[in-house]
Amino acid sequence: MSHSTPDPNEEHGSVYDGLLGTDTSQWAFGTDFEDPLAGVDTTVPDDLDAAELAAYCLALADDALVMSHRLSEWCSNAPDLEEDIALANIALDLLGQARLLLARAAAADASLVPALPDGSPVPVEDALAFFREAIDFRNVRLVEVANGDFAHTVARLLLFATVRLAAFERLAGHRDPVLSAIAAKGVKELTYHRDYAGRWFLTLAQGTEESRRRLLAGLTALWPLYAELARAYDAGPEVDVVLDQVFAVSAVERPEVAPMAGSGHTEALSRMLAEMQVVARAHPRGLW
Amino acid sequence: MNAYAVAASVTDPEMPMLTLEDLGVLRDVRESGGKVVVTITPTYSGCPAMATMRDDLVHRLTDAGYAARVEVALSPAWTSDWITEHGRRALREHGLSAPGPAPTRNGPIPLTLLPTARAVTCPRCGSARTDLTSEYGATACKALYRCSECAEPFEHVKEI
Repeated sequence: MSHSTPDPNEEHGSVYDGLLGTDTSQWAFGTDFEDPLAGVDTTVPDDLDAAELAAYCLALADDALVMSHRLSEWCSNAPDLEEDIALANIALDLLGQARLLLARAAAADASLVPALPDGSPVPVEDALAFFREAIDFRNVRLVEVANGDFAHTVARLLLFATVRLAAFERLAGHRDPVLSAIAAKGVKELTYHRDYAGRWFLTLAQGTEESRRRLLAGLTALWPLYAELARAYDAGPEVDVVLDQVFAVSAVERPEVAPMAGSGHTEALSRMLAEMQVVARAHPRGLW
Repeated sequence: MNAYAVAASVTDPEMPMLTLEDLGVLRDVRESGGKVVVTITPTYSGCPAMATMRDDLVHRLTDAGYAARVEVALSPAWTSDWITEHGRRALREHGLSAPGPAPTRNGPIPLTLLPTARAVTCPRCGSARTDLTSEYGATACKALYRCSECAEPFEHVKEI
């Protein structure tokens, strides 16, 4: 007995009809993109250097993008559903910060944006995220090293959110109104991220012998990368106050390990980007 | 119907019991000679509903005979205080708990290591005996709670 393959175009048309709307380009990464800064005045104030501002926004964007990607790797793998959802939400907030900051950087200095083939519909923020080499990423190494266990992620998030929140509180008063607005918005999100990480840090530190062992191992593994993070964000004494508060209630000492030498990136970033960028790079016009 | 009324009646794709006006994301509607510019603001930086809001606004205004464009305002940042009284009532009627006043601050933001203190009442039975399950829920703007009285889980729109 044989079955004939039903012709999807017969009578009822293809089941895929309508999925693309009126867009016949079969754009691979979604349709109908719109500038996330549509209508926002992106003129750089006269007293600011546009290239410097763009480079600074790019660094802030890359930290958020890479940290977001690492957090999103927990999706479906976290210890329980609540933490899975929490980490995905935090990753989403950071991805939103990254998108706005990448768009701000591109608007301030278009020369940062990699050239794409004519007719490519890739918006500037995606061009920056998907078409730069690891060497052109400005993120700190703390956000790029591979995930460890949940305790490692909690320690990383505490350090990152504490330092970034303090910097964003300051940047909310920046002379560039776009960066200032992005920072003021980010402050509200980072406040939740820091509280979340601080609570888990305390819980794991004062939980079981095993949870404490894992937390201390994660913190010690990350600590050599802390100095670079603190420097990149001009972390002041207000950051130490918060970290000392968490460490004190958790009965945890600052690890005595030397900062990691060098600068630039670890090989973890190129591995991460290889996975993150592969589809976009295979289809720079977004067509298949 | 004027352009503002059309824009104000568009609903939030993730909490469809709220209009964009109820949610406080509709910041401005400017109309001149059949052309309309609508300004919205994201609730959270990564809010994935922004694209749908924009599309829904353009479609509804186009259907009403306007040439519409949607712009974004980032400042001032959205606060849950902008959810209208009407919106808060709609949330409760649909089993969600409405946000309390957003935190105000002077100086550095304090770290909160204890679960966020909120006076949350169960939208189903009205009991004040409720427990926080998680600060994060199905969308960025909601926390998860459970009622100790009727045992019903429910969502609380967070204060930001």
